[in-house]
Amino acid sequence: MTTRRLFQIVSWLALAGTILPSVAFLAGSVGLPSVQWTMLAATVVWFAATPLWMGRERGAAE
Amino acid sequence: MSEDVSNQHSAQDSSHDGEFERRPVPGRALLGLKSFVGMYAGEHCAGTELMIGILFVAAGVSAFDVVVGLIVGNLLAVLSWLVLTAPIATRARLTLYFQLEKICGRRLVTLYNLANGVMFCFLAGAMITVSATAVGVLVRFPMPSLNDVRPNSTGWVLAVLGVGAVISVVAAYGYKTVSRVANIAAPWMVLVFLAFGVVALRQFIVATDAQIRSPADLWHLASTVIWRGGEPLPGKVKFTFCHVMFFAWFCNMAMHVGMADLSVLRYARKSWYAVASSAGMYVGHFMAWLSASMLFAFQLYQAGLDNDAAVRAAAEAGTLPSPLPGPLAYGACGIAGLICVVVAGWTTANPTIYRAGLAFQAIVPNRSRFAITLLTGGIATVAAMFPALAMKLLEFVALYGLILMPMGAVIFIDFWVFDRLGLRRDYAERAGISFNWAAGLAWFGTLAFCLALVYLGPTIDWLEARGVLSLSASTKALLDRFHIQIYFVSLPGWFVAAVLYIVASKLYQRKTTATTPAVSTAD
Repeated sequence: MTTRRLFQIVSWLALAGTILPSVAFLAGSVGLPSVQWTMLAATVVWFAATPLWMGRERGAAE
Repeated sequence: MSEDVSNQHSAQDSSHDGEFERRPVPGRALLGLKSFVGMYAGEHCAGTELMIGILFVAAGVSAFDVVVGLIVGNLLAVLSWLVLTAPIATRARLTLYFQLEKICGRRLVTLYNLANGVMFCFLAGAMITVSATAVGVLVRFPMPSLNDVRPNSTGWVLAVLGVGAVISVVAAYGYKTVSRVANIAAPWMVLVFLAFGVVALRQFIVATDAQIRSPADLWHLASTVIWRGGEPLPGKVKFTFCHVMFFAWFCNMAMHVGMADLSVLRYARKSWYAVASSAGMYVGHFMAWLSASMLFAFQLYQAGLDNDAAVRAAAEAGTLPSPLPGPLAYGACGIAGLICVVVAGWTTANPTIYRAGLAFQAIVPNRSRFAITLLTGGIATVAAMFPALAMKLLEFVALYGLILMPMGAVIFIDFWVFDRLGLRRDYAERAGISFNWAAGLAWFGTLAFCLALVYLGPTIDWLEARGVLSLSASTKALLDRFHIQIYFVSLPGWFVAAVLYIVASKLYQRKTTATTPAVSTAD
């Protein structure tokens, strides 16, 4: 697996971490504070991982 | 993906690199559908969406009106891109400015640039206002309320000044970096907008103790609690189905009917790629508006304002909650929500200031772009200090579309109708004139007509209230029959512009052809 692919997977997980907590909150599985902290963590991960591959030519992050 | 179009777009914006600025885009530079989907989805998920959704609730929308009105209005907007803009863009493959220059002449385009630049400044101002509401969560100071017109505290002025200064300096220095940040933030931002709505829905379910077992239960909650209709908040116009539909259709009027997106869609390999605009409409102007509106609706519900009598009492007591995106986003999604408000305002205000600077620079080409962008950012920042700009964003957005719309009608008629009527297309270029009075008359005449329909009645009421003017009841009744709210006037306005342009061109081309030798007859 290339580094680029790894960063992409991390970004996709961060996107999931951005939306899934609110869905779990809707289902009544978690409380709002947990949603907010998870979303913050996902936000940090998204902005840390995504610039390493998005908008870069293939090979730059490999 | 979206970078392809935005980079090409910024390239054509630049007056120095000359990339296809004054010639059709060649086949090798054309782009696929995916590029446009990304661009439209990102561009229409902006900081202002948070304010617009909130203002819908303040305008007392009902669930049917807002949901169905947005579905229909956004469909009409997509069709406008598809039927009006894209066919010309993919045939001529020219920027809006070059196309206008060929028709209207350089001096009239300069005036258009000025109008465009001023409108961009105020739009950027509204985005700075949205971002500044996030500062108020972190630093305590009195925030503006729904009907505030002027800055209400030193803290607010300093917050706007700080946010505006950063945005302006970055726009002047590093447009490309911000463009990259905007592209990176877009997918995340869309999901945070969605999370606002999901969290607010859960909060409503818990607060009302509702049991949601079917779509019918959900619709019942939406129509009786979330968007319950009723009276608008004091000082706001009541929004009906038609208001929502026309607003959704015309809020990007400058881009589709007004033809500004000729500059973007000229890169489209096929005309039907304009359907990509539906990504922006149904993500930004449907999901994001509804999510933002749910946040404010819940704030009102929490404050016990779930009926018209309670709202009236709160308004009289001065205790109505302020519709501020920053605190609302923080309440739903915490610091991530707050970051979303800042990033949404920042990443969209930045290119707006940059483009306003370019529009102004076209008027004074000898001044440095850096200085002009800073000055433009300064104007936008001062405008942002006045909360009325954001609190009356619905009216402003409608006015923005109206002011630039007549030139779209001019381009459409010139491109499709003139040959059939025996009139000469691209008249300014062919006759070697710098101000096509027929196009000028169509623009100014249409604006005078539309603005009179919108503002004549209220102006007379205002003068009568001050004893300056007194009209008979029959005259007033007659004037009232012709009064149209600003959300609806652009539709008749388009036809007025088209007719004015044709009639004025018949007269003008006959007159100037008789007196001016043609410079170019190239077809």
